[in-house]
Amino acid sequence: MSLKNQNLISKSEVIMNIKNINLSFGGLKALSGVSLQIKKGEILAIIGPNGAGKSSMLNVISGIYVPQEGVVEWKGKRRNKIAPHDIARMGIARTFQNIALFKGMSALENILTGRNILMKRNLFMEMLYMGLGRRQEEEHRKKAEEIIDFLEIQSIRKTPVARLPYGMQKRVELGRALALEPELLLLDEPMAGMNVEEKEDMCRFVLDVNEQFGTTIVLIEHDMGVVMDISDRVVVLDYGIKIADGTPDKVRSEKKVIDAYLGVG
Amino acid sequence: MFYREAGQFKTSYKKDQAILPIFQDKIAMVAMLLFCFIVIPLFANDYWLASILVPFLALSLAALGLNVLTGYAGQISLGTAAFMAVGAFASFNLQVRIPEIPFLVAFLWGGLCAAGVGILFGLPSLRIKGFYLAVATLAAQFFIEWLFTHFDWFTNYSTSGVITAPPMTLLGFAIDNPLSKYFLVLSIVVICAFFVRNLARSEIGRAWMAVRDMDIAAEAIGINLMKTKLLAFGVSSFLCGLAGALWAYVVLGTVEPQAFDIARSFEILFMVVIGGLGSVSGAFLGAGFMILLPILLNNLGSLITGGTISTETIAHIEYMVFGAFIIFFLIVEPNGLARLWQIGKEKLRLWPFPY
Ligand SMILES: Nc1ncnc2c1ncn2[C@@H]1O[C@H](COP(=O)(O)OP(=O)(O)OP(=O)(O)O)[C@@H](O)[C@H]1O
Ligand SMILES: [Mg+2]
Repeated sequence: MSLKNQNLISKSEVIMNIKNINLSFGGLKALSGVSLQIKKGEILAIIGPNGAGKSSMLNVISGIYVPQEGVVEWKGKRRNKIAPHDIARMGIARTFQNIALFKGMSALENILTGRNILMKRNLFMEMLYMGLGRRQEEEHRKKAEEIIDFLEIQSIRKTPVARLPYGMQKRVELGRALALEPELLLLDEPMAGMNVEEKEDMCRFVLDVNEQFGTTIVLIEHDMGVVMDISDRVVVLDYGIKIADGTPDKVRSEKKVIDAYLGVG
Repeated sequence: MFYREAGQFKTSYKKDQAILPIFQDKIAMVAMLLFCFIVIPLFANDYWLASILVPFLALSLAALGLNVLTGYAGQISLGTAAFMAVGAFASFNLQVRIPEIPFLVAFLWGGLCAAGVGILFGLPSLRIKGFYLAVATLAAQFFIEWLFTHFDWFTNYSTSGVITAPPMTLLGFAIDNPLSKYFLVLSIVVICAFFVRNLARSEIGRAWMAVRDMDIAAEAIGINLMKTKLLAFGVSSFLCGLAGALWAYVVLGTVEPQAFDIARSFEILFMVVIGGLGSVSGAFLGAGFMILLPILLNNLGSLITGGTISTETIAHIEYMVFGAFIIFFLIVEPNGLARLWQIGKEKLRLWPFPY
């Protein structure tokens, strides 16, 4: 029943080790003592009721929130306070729960902007559009087109993203994150608000990214069917506390989870 | 332009990346340049050259500069005239202290000084946005005007508080008549427009627009907000500084600091809003509009009423018309005249078929 190929290679190498995170806003505890390991090559789903702290967890991983307590280790090294713009250079890319595209640009430009950090900045060459300035635009355009083909959005590449339907915007946002060739991809509700067909497409892309590029994926999702189908492992949060962590089948049968989440929905 | 873009499909990304991917656009651009460099000089009289076209070009350059900052990078500024003043006074001072310096080098120096000052006053943008940033740049406007008015050193101790631009010679030719001034300003402005267009479609331009459209997402894909914003302040102020130097040397000749007052800053902001935020052609369309509309209204007014209407009334009507246009563009079409033009063209491209 699982759509995912049962890879024989065991996914055991931990690329991110998150220990004992405490994050609060004023008096509100968004995350309490959450520990979590992300393993290379896996698709990890984070689920939980509204306000459980899922997005907060993603924001901690992507360095947008700095937890009051806890340690984040990236590839065995402790990651101290880091500027948000340095996260991408470490090979971590993300999408946002509320679409955060660059509204004034086309789909292609959004994706190209995702490759900005792979380019060299040279004011004069870019001003003259000569030498490096021109070469790198052409090279990266080729790469951006590969992503466009992969996501099957050829027909909208020149369309300003503000004019695209919601589902397409979500796809372009995925494209922008993929453009920087991340090792770890964080997706905050990539399928929220989509119809069945769009969800199926998105699932396929997520699985393909994982399989073809070996990208590790952490995604937040409310649709249990989707979660069960595509994830290798599921982590359940409830009121900022991790209440379960394991394979989809195992997590689904745990009483705590049923009470907190599945039972309700 | 009177053509349609149908039936042109790019066969390589290289071609698609060209500055003007559509063949007719290239022709149109060449035609435009020929018109500006050959037809206008042949037919325009001195009044048009000196009183309309040269000021239009100089202000277009300032609008282009502000468009880099506000239109592309999304940082609002009310200090444009101050940065122009820095450009004008820095060019003047360099030439006064070292008379051997060619005026073009002095212009460049003026632009660089303005860039430095712009970056300095851009520092608050790292912390504040929108309205608060506008107020911070207003500080630049008042401070710099005050500085040039109260410290005689900047005006080389001239008793009247004005500076008089030294004469300009280029490769042995004196640039002292309307036609040569027109060629000078036109060349500088065309080169700058070309540079801005290139930047806008490169890595730097995308970084600017990313910061403008969604700064958290920009950071998440690795864009350093501080560097990107300060670069926008630098490039923008450089262009404004250059425009200020042109305004002083070519348009006015003798300048007091009040030539670069807050009203000038607003004028340029209106040009950018009306012409179109985030487009090179918008700077020109906006400047053209702001300069030609009063002339048009004036002539129209005296034509209709046979000269009975007072110039004062016309001035009031002018304000009202500008106000109406600005409100119209802010509400209905924030991308200005340039966008209206583009929509028209897009509609024509596939006309008469809707898809
Ligand atoms: N920046 C913030 N400032 C204040 N409170 C916050 C902030 N971010 C999150 N919170 C609070 O922390 C709690 C967890 O929020 P979070 O967004 O992580 O939940 P979530 O699991 O993603 O929920 P949803 O399914 O609705 O997206 C909520 O109570 C929320 O109000
Ligand atoms: Mg959330």
